[in-house]
Amino acid sequence: MQHSSLVYIAVMSAVTLSVKILPLTLIRRPIKSRFIRSFLYYVPYVTLAVMTFPAIVQATDVPIAGAIALVAGIVAAWFGASLFQVAATCCALVFVIELLLL
Amino acid sequence: MRDGVPIGAGYFVVAFSLGIAARDAGLTPWEGFIASLLNNASAGEYAAFTLMAANASYVELAVVTLIANARYLLMSTALSQRFAPETGTLHRVLVGFDVTDELFGIAIARPGAVDPFYSYGAFVPALSGWSVGTALGIVMGNVLPTRVVSALSVALYGMFLAIIIPPARQNRVVLGCVVVSFVASLVFSVAPALAALSAGTRTIILTVAISSAAALLFPVTDEELQHAQEEEADAA
Repeated sequence: MQHSSLVYIAVMSAVTLSVKILPLTLIRRPIKSRFIRSFLYYVPYVTLAVMTFPAIVQATDVPIAGAIALVAGIVAAWFGASLFQVAATCCALVFVIELLLL
Repeated sequence: MRDGVPIGAGYFVVAFSLGIAARDAGLTPWEGFIASLLNNASAGEYAAFTLMAANASYVELAVVTLIANARYLLMSTALSQRFAPETGTLHRVLVGFDVTDELFGIAIARPGAVDPFYSYGAFVPALSGWSVGTALGIVMGNVLPTRVVSALSVALYGMFLAIIIPPARQNRVVLGCVVVSFVASLVFSVAPALAALSAGTRTIILTVAISSAAALLFPVTDEELQHAQEEEADAA
């Protein structure tokens, strides 16, 4: 079955906005459950890590360029580079490496 | 508003590469603009566009969007604790509308109760950069040489690394989570039976499994949560 882009956008927007707005409007007291608090604390790191690797290696035309960008991005972020600097470093490396190899 | 300008500039570049993913999903520039205006979520939008390109079901799209944006649940909850009690519902809805990693960071970094008008000022450049960047990525994606597209395609992953690596440096359990996630994700994408799962399903299963295990084995203390919020604020 073929799906409609507009329905897709409506679904994703409804979910995203609920996630962002509902806690802020409904929760007026602290959450007590230690498990839920801990689970919510770990979720972002696990989700983003799962989405980053191995996808970054498959995203580039040459896999080794993506692998080097991954390592460089980790090193840059580890030593305190900003979000923009890390993203730019990864892009620049892939561009230069593919220029050399292709 | 001034604090939002560098955020908006950074968003513009990352959103441009997001636009390339949106173009692969068959979105028009206007659709991309609207999607980014209403969502303003890098990982969530990227995951959603990937699923659209794969012609996924609406339910799968909803679940993956929920999982990819689950951290905003946490940030919105954290912000709810920092509002002055008398703050009206309209202000809460409007501030919630544009919770992102960076905008949350600068809002929570200011001392005292959250000032909605400070947040509204920062939203203007941030939302403009993000939405226009996405639309331009869709328009320009097929004009640019493939080599440039290939290079830009890693911008989002770079952004993700910038979000997960600094806390991993501070906290050994987070570091362990990141390493386990990388390994498990690789195994799931190459192992014979598991590789048949879609990327979205893989993300859901691994997120729930690894985060639950971490929460059971290493429950977080209140001090650590407090510390984590201050770290986020410092990073922004």
